[in-house]
Amino acid sequence: MASTIRVRAISNGDTTEVQALIQHPMDSGFIKDAQGQTIPPHFIQQLIFEHDGKKVFVADWGPAVSKDPYVKFAFKGGKKGDDLKISWADNKGASDSTTAKIA
Amino acid sequence: MKLRLAIPVATAALALAALAFVVPAMAADTPDPVADAKAFQKYFTDKFPKLKPQDFVNGPYSMNEDLHKQWEEKEEFPPYEFALEAGKEMFATPFKNGKSYGDCFPDKGIGIRQNYPYFDEKEGKVVTLELALNRCREANGETPLSYVRDEMASLTAYMAFTSRGKPMNITIPNDPRALAAYENGKRYFYTRRGQLNFSCASCHVQSPGERIRAEILAPALGILNAMPIYRSEWSGMGTTSRRFVTCNSQTRAVPLEPQSDEYRDLEYYLSYVSNGLPISGPGARP
Repeated sequence: MASTIRVRAISNGDTTEVQALIQHPMDSGFIKDAQGQTIPPHFIQQLIFEHDGKKVFVADWGPAVSKDPYVKFAFKGGKKGDDLKISWADNKGASDSTTAKIA
Repeated sequence: MKLRLAIPVATAALALAALAFVVPAMAADTPDPVADAKAFQKYFTDKFPKLKPQDFVNGPYSMNEDLHKQWEEKEEFPPYEFALEAGKEMFATPFKNGKSYGDCFPDKGIGIRQNYPYFDEKEGKVVTLELALNRCREANGETPLSYVRDEMASLTAYMAFTSRGKPMNITIPNDPRALAAYENGKRYFYTRRGQLNFSCASCHVQSPGERIRAEILAPALGILNAMPIYRSEWSGMGTTSRRFVTCNSQTRAVPLEPQSDEYRDLEYYLSYVSNGLPISGPGARP
């Protein structure tokens, strides 16, 4: 199965701009399916970006975040070729992580 | 006495005038798809003189500067990427009998999106890409996919992606049934229906670039070149079938069954008048 995380991180010397797209249903628990059954909540609770052993971005998410969420941010530091580790964990205990190279 | 004579003379004159009108009107009624497409494209290029013809395939993004900026950013990380990858995988995965989608299509299905829909002279009907994909599944003993769900959109997304930039190339063979299908599609496009009494043209010919609530209407020219689309509003992918069905229900008309004859003819007409414009699918729309 392909990774659920897409990342692009570009360093311009001082800062690194990061964009990420995560594949996740992000069900809020308030939606009903075609049969009228409530779809149980299923959403990412924490998303972490780590660079050089340090957390550069931590998001505590809830059910209000949209499906297949997109994140964009920049942090100071980060060189070309450095590793950037991204991981998420959801309320059902599922998780995924990937490591991207900064370009 | 004079008056009595005047009436038949006037009637005759009216009849003559009517005749004179009938003759050119009949000539104009003979379907001429080539002239249709030319006039159709001219209408849009005249309405939006700043746009190049190939801009129209990007729909509302070419009509509004703010949207255009958002889109450029979005295209760096397009939301249809997951579907595209899934489609590529599905396309390459063999069926239970060992064959795969590629075996059903010319050139193994790569770079052929611009030739769909086509008129099948054996069947005497229009065959769309979505229909061809499901026929391929059925011929190989698989169950057909839903025309409005993500799996079908993923497949067409991949096929469109391999055809990006190729000009739409729909042909109308020398067959009266093909011309009739084209005419039927055109009629469907311009016929008003539903509680709101909208035709497809009311929005997409009369008012592209205008707002409908918070959204910007896309021009009919090139609208199918971008299919399938990821709609942020839907949080997912949409096929051409899904687009037609939702358009109908939004005007509070009763949608037809996906891939019914009329929708197939509509797709045929709408694709034909966009001939020459590049394939830009899969697209992303707000």
